[in-house]
Amino acid sequence: MEYEVVIGLEIHAQLKTNTKIFCGCSTAFGAEPNSQTCPVCTGMPGVLPVLNKTAVAYAARAGVATNCTINRVNRFARKNYFYPDLPLGYQITQFALPIAEHGHLDIELPDGGTKRIGITRIHMENDAGKLNHDPMRPISLVNLNRAGVPLIEIVSEPDMRSAAEAGVLVRKMHQLVRHIGVCDGNMEEGSLRCDANVSLRPKGQEEFGTRTEMKNLNSFRNIERAIRYEISRQTDILDNGGEVIQETRLWNADKEISTSMRSKEDAHDYRYFPDPDLLPVVIDDAWYDEIVKSLPELPDAMKARYVETLGLPVGDAEVLTSTLELATYFDACLAALGTPTPKQAKLAANWVMGSVLALLHTEGMSLATVPVSADMLAGLLTLVEKDVISGTMAKTVFEEMAATGKEAKIIVEEKGLAQVSDTSEIEGIVDTILANNPSEVEAFRGGKKKLMGFFVGQVMKATKGKGNPKVVNQLLGEKLK
Amino acid sequence: MKITKEEILYVANLARLNVDDVEVEKLAAQIGDILSYVDTLEKVDTDGVEPTTHAIDLTNALREDVVHPHLGAEKTLANAPDEEENMFVVPKVVG
Repeated sequence: MEYEVVIGLEIHAQLKTNTKIFCGCSTAFGAEPNSQTCPVCTGMPGVLPVLNKTAVAYAARAGVATNCTINRVNRFARKNYFYPDLPLGYQITQFALPIAEHGHLDIELPDGGTKRIGITRIHMENDAGKLNHDPMRPISLVNLNRAGVPLIEIVSEPDMRSAAEAGVLVRKMHQLVRHIGVCDGNMEEGSLRCDANVSLRPKGQEEFGTRTEMKNLNSFRNIERAIRYEISRQTDILDNGGEVIQETRLWNADKEISTSMRSKEDAHDYRYFPDPDLLPVVIDDAWYDEIVKSLPELPDAMKARYVETLGLPVGDAEVLTSTLELATYFDACLAALGTPTPKQAKLAANWVMGSVLALLHTEGMSLATVPVSADMLAGLLTLVEKDVISGTMAKTVFEEMAATGKEAKIIVEEKGLAQVSDTSEIEGIVDTILANNPSEVEAFRGGKKKLMGFFVGQVMKATKGKGNPKVVNQLLGEKLK
Repeated sequence: MKITKEEILYVANLARLNVDDVEVEKLAAQIGDILSYVDTLEKVDTDGVEPTTHAIDLTNALREDVVHPHLGAEKTLANAPDEEENMFVVPKVVG
């Protein structure tokens, strides 16, 4: 039978705050085990949580960036379950009134179209500790440094119909949370994690099939692979007349299979109730406005601006908006150029995507420390624009700028690299070349037009590459008539 | 309010409590009584009253995002029944 795949995602993003959500312990990654703990995050009796203001602002930022309604009054609830990585015996999360809900994000499909994916809700919660399972002995070791790190859980509507679409949404969300500065997006360190709910239904059927939840998807590749695996697993079951069991499954990236994670008798009954230790969070108009103002221009808006206003190809816009840092660099370069024409914008884009990115990759630099600042790049492009140097010479000057950190103008002056556009100066050289090569001149006039390259080469050699190619060509053309 | 033995066992399991048959009978009666007492609240007319989660009308007890001194692993682990490499030792859990 032919099935339709239905996928919804839950994306957990660690917020980039300095401290945990309910206590002042550091959230820095990689510290000595249990060194970043206190009575609050280790769940000692009698302690009280106090909410981190920045965590609320970041969560709301994510809500605004995903077109959600911000619940101006939202509150925390307790989700009760026992697990060794959860010292309190409950997770503090949001249930009835999350900070944000009813949003959406448009994803780009491979065929060039877009698709709107609903964002059901975004809620704040605390992360659990980290368990280290001993490979030899029947013990696990608990590190509570991560316990209490602020998370947002972004829950999508079951709007995706393929593993590829799910992959696009996660990538887009990953780009967005980094762009708006609320999450570092480091998937190896677990800053962004994803669970996928997958179900199948016969094509044309309205009602959803039984879903399974895939956990532990910590790379873009794993997300798509795990979903594909689950689709084929469920297809096999249904084709053989079986029933999919609603369960949580764990993805094993090494073996590329998933296994059932929790047994059936371990029923989920979280008994949510409002946390009496935490007061409702109220986001008044002033705070809301502040949050909205703190958002940079969003990637989709930037992309549209590059394509529609600057006339850049969509592919260029995608690359330039891949990180906020790169887009900011490009924008600064444009600003330094004044009001760039589409031609100038394309030239700037080519340089940023080419020479600047190459510099970052080969030298391992960041845009914050790159020796050629956006202003300096604009200075170089202006020299090209004004015909002071040729595009070929500009590459040499750029390398020199990267090596020395000097302005293009200074390098051109110091090294005497400015191209010679003075017609009388070049005319003298052209005359000498023609006089010294009478047989070639004869041959050219006799029809060997290919010799033009020879003459240009001779003139450029004589000017040490500084002759303005336009002027050189023009003069040669006139004199060889 | 009548609470069944099964309900007591279910709740006990969620709370990771072992209860024997005698305790189940006793708890069923006690919890039934407590719930009957709470049922009294149902008689209150709450039309037009906003659901409340706190007795006092306070909001936004917030903290600035500033790191405080840490307790340190040694103190955090001081009462741990067993520890290794500055981590709590627990029976092996899978997943």
